[in-house]
Amino acid sequence: MFSSFMTNAWISGTIVAVLAGAVGFFVVLRGASFPAHAIPNGAFAGAAGANLVGLNPLVGLVSFAVAAALGIGATSRRTRNDVATALSLVLMLALGAAFLTLSTEYEPAINALLFGEILGVSRSEIVPVVVLGVVCVVALVALFRPLVFTSVAPELAEARGVNATLIETVFLVVLALSTALTVPVVGALLTFSLMIGPPAAARLLSSRPSRAIALSIALALVTVWLSIAASYTFNLPIGFFVGTLGAVLFLGARLWGALRARSLRRAVL
Amino acid sequence: MALAHMDVAGSELLRVEKVDVSIDGREILNDVNFRIDHGEFTGLIGANGSGKTTLFRVILGLQTPQRGEVTVHGEPLQRSNRSLGYVPQKVLFDPDMPIRARDLVALGIDGNRYGLTRRTRANHLAVDEMLFAVDAQEFADRKVGGLSGGEQQRVLIAHALVSRPELLLLDEPLANLDPGSVAEIIALLHKVATQQHVAIFLSAHEMNPLLPVMDRVVYVANGRVASGTTDEVVRPDVLSALYGHHVDVLRVHGRVLVVAGQDSDESSSVADHPELVVE
Repeated sequence: MFSSFMTNAWISGTIVAVLAGAVGFFVVLRGASFPAHAIPNGAFAGAAGANLVGLNPLVGLVSFAVAAALGIGATSRRTRNDVATALSLVLMLALGAAFLTLSTEYEPAINALLFGEILGVSRSEIVPVVVLGVVCVVALVALFRPLVFTSVAPELAEARGVNATLIETVFLVVLALSTALTVPVVGALLTFSLMIGPPAAARLLSSRPSRAIALSIALALVTVWLSIAASYTFNLPIGFFVGTLGAVLFLGARLWGALRARSLRRAVL
Repeated sequence: MALAHMDVAGSELLRVEKVDVSIDGREILNDVNFRIDHGEFTGLIGANGSGKTTLFRVILGLQTPQRGEVTVHGEPLQRSNRSLGYVPQKVLFDPDMPIRARDLVALGIDGNRYGLTRRTRANHLAVDEMLFAVDAQEFADRKVGGLSGGEQQRVLIAHALVSRPELLLLDEPLANLDPGSVAEIIALLHKVATQQHVAIFLSAHEMNPLLPVMDRVVYVANGRVASGTTDEVVRPDVLSALYGHHVDVLRVHGRVLVVAGQDSDESSSVADHPELVVE
C-alpha cells in the first residue's frame, strides 16, 4: 500500500482532500451544492472530449469545468441560479454522451473517469495537480474575508462595498479548478460527495468559520486516506468509499449534535 | 475620521437632491429632496411599497438614480462608504452556519478586505465594545442563525456600528417585532446614537413609536417626499399635497393618526394604521 508506485496516489489524494475540504466549506456555506454537482459532470465531458482529439485529459477537465462555472455565473445573473446550473449540466452531459460514443476509448478508462482511479496516477500527472492546487489555495486565502462575508450575508457585504459578482465569479473558477483536479481521483459522479460530506459535518461540529474550515479539511483528509487504503485493499473504486464515508460523516455529526443538545437540555433541567 | 465631525450637530451630513428612480419603467421615486444632519434621529415614514428600501439602496450606492445625486459631506457618494452603516430589513441566516454573533460583528470591521481574518487586540476590543453597546454579550458566542429575531437585530446593529459610521440606515427594524421589543429597540437606538455620536435614518410604516425620539421625519407617498420636523410635515395640507388627495391628521392621546380617504390607493389607506381599527 505504501510502495513507490502508490506514492503518487497518496500525494494527489492529499492535495485533492485539502482543496475539497476548503472549497467545499464555502460550497456548503453558500448553498452552492448544485453547481458543485454540475461542474464535475462538465469536467467529465471535457475529459472525454480531450481523449477523443488526443489531448491530455487534464486540459479537457480544466477547460470544460471553467466553462461550466463561467456559464453558470453569467446565466444566473439573468435567470434563477438553479435553472442556469441545470441548463449547464444537461448541455455538458449531452456533449459527454456524444464524445463517449465517438471515442474508441475502452470501458475501464471511462469507468475511472466516472468513479475514480487513484492507483494509476503517474509522476508527470502530479506536477500540474500541485501547481493548480497551489493556485486554488492562494486564491482562497486572498478572498477569505469577502468570501465568508458574501456567503453569510450578501446584502451586508454589498452595502460595505464588496463586489459580490466578482467574488462569486472567482469562487466558481476556483471551484472549477479544484473539481478538475478531483475528478480523476474520485470520479466525476462522486467528486461532489467529497466537497459536501466533510464540510457539512464540520459546520455542524463547530461554531466559528476558521475552526469549521480546518475541521472540514481534516475530515476530507481522513476520508480520502481511508478511501485510498480501502480501495487498494478491497479492489473497489475509490469513489465508492469516498461517497459512503461522506454520508457516514454527515450522519455521525447530526447524531453527535442531537446527543449534545439533549445532554445540554438535561444539564439545564 | 468620524471623530472630526463629532460635535457638529446641526451641520449637514447627507443630502439627497432631485433624485428620480425608475425600475423596469416603473417610477419609484420622483424629485426626492431632503438632508440629514449630524447626530439627528430621522424617520423615513411611508406605506409598504412606497419606495423606502429603494431610497436606502440609492443612498448606499447600490441603485443608480436616473437623475439627481446623493452627497455625503458635500462629496458625491462612493461605494463602500465607511460613513454609512446599514441594517437591512431581513437577513436570513442558516441555523447551522458556523458563524457566531461576534464573528458577524467582526465582519463589519474588515469583511470587505482581502486576505485572512486578522485577530488583533484592537479588533477584539471594538467587537466587544459594540456587543456591549447593544446589550448582546450574553449571546455573543452563539451561532447567529440560532438567535431570535430581536437578538439578531441587535447583532446586526452592532455589525453596522463597528465600522464607526456617522449615519446608520435601518430598513424597517421594527417590523415583525412585538410591541415590547419595538420599545426596547427604539430605546437602544436612541442610547447608541447618543453614545456613539451617530445619526440615525430609520424606515417604518408606523410613526407613533418613533415620535418621542424623532428629530425629523421624511414622509414618502406616491414616490415623493416631504421632510422637516414632525409638526412641519405631519399636517393635513402637507400630506394632502403629497398624497394628491385630501388627508386628515388626527392627534389623539399624544399619537398621530393619518387618515387617507377612500379614493386613495390601498397602500396609503387606514389599513396601514391598525390602531385606528382596534381603538
